[in-house]
Amino acid sequence: MISNSFAAIPVKEETRKKYCRFQKSGIKYIDYKDPDFLLRLVNEQGKILPRRLTGTSLKYQRKVSQAIKRARHLALLPYVADGLK
Amino acid sequence: MNQYETVFILTPVLTEEMVVEAVGKFRQVLEVNGAELVHQESWGLKQMAYTIRKKSSGFYHLFEFKGDASLVDKLELEFRRDERILRFLTVSLDKHAVLYNQSRRNPERKSRSKQTQTEPAHDQQ
Repeated sequence: MISNSFAAIPVKEETRKKYCRFQKSGIKYIDYKDPDFLLRLVNEQGKILPRRLTGTSLKYQRKVSQAIKRARHLALLPYVADGLK
Repeated sequence: MNQYETVFILTPVLTEEMVVEAVGKFRQVLEVNGAELVHQESWGLKQMAYTIRKKSSGFYHLFEFKGDASLVDKLELEFRRDERILRFLTVSLDKHAVLYNQSRRNPERKSRSKQTQTEPAHDQQ
């Protein structure tokens, strides 16, 4: 008896094309001294948002993570937080 | 002669003139070793995201200078010796960073002003 596997097919919700916001807006340098901008790249607990969610290119994701780690070192950003935003 | 940027945090228990004196001391270290201080900024007493040595606020100060590499070790040696310094971070600046700092310092110059993120976010998306 063929089990109806159509339920297993995930409903393909329309995913809009992700783009790298830094290439689009032409930002060349991510400043580690500017915590409000970095807060947008960090989730509620202060963790760095992954590329698969933000869609940033590898080159800029590395710059983002380096800037965030420097900001954390200077206590501009917390290492661990809850309800950061 | 590459360009560096140092941010350091002074302990909050200092009085105003002790802060000025400490900052002057580090400027002295820079000038003695032949650095050219491009820019200096003080962010004043700021709350820190987490406590460092049981203190939750500190005087932040920024130096942007040009110099050679051996100068940075001397400066950081001074930072390590001085117990008023809670934390310091020296960063070498590439050309994008230098451009960014310049455009932040005089925003009215029309040199690719969308470079800076300080503009409100709506014009970026």
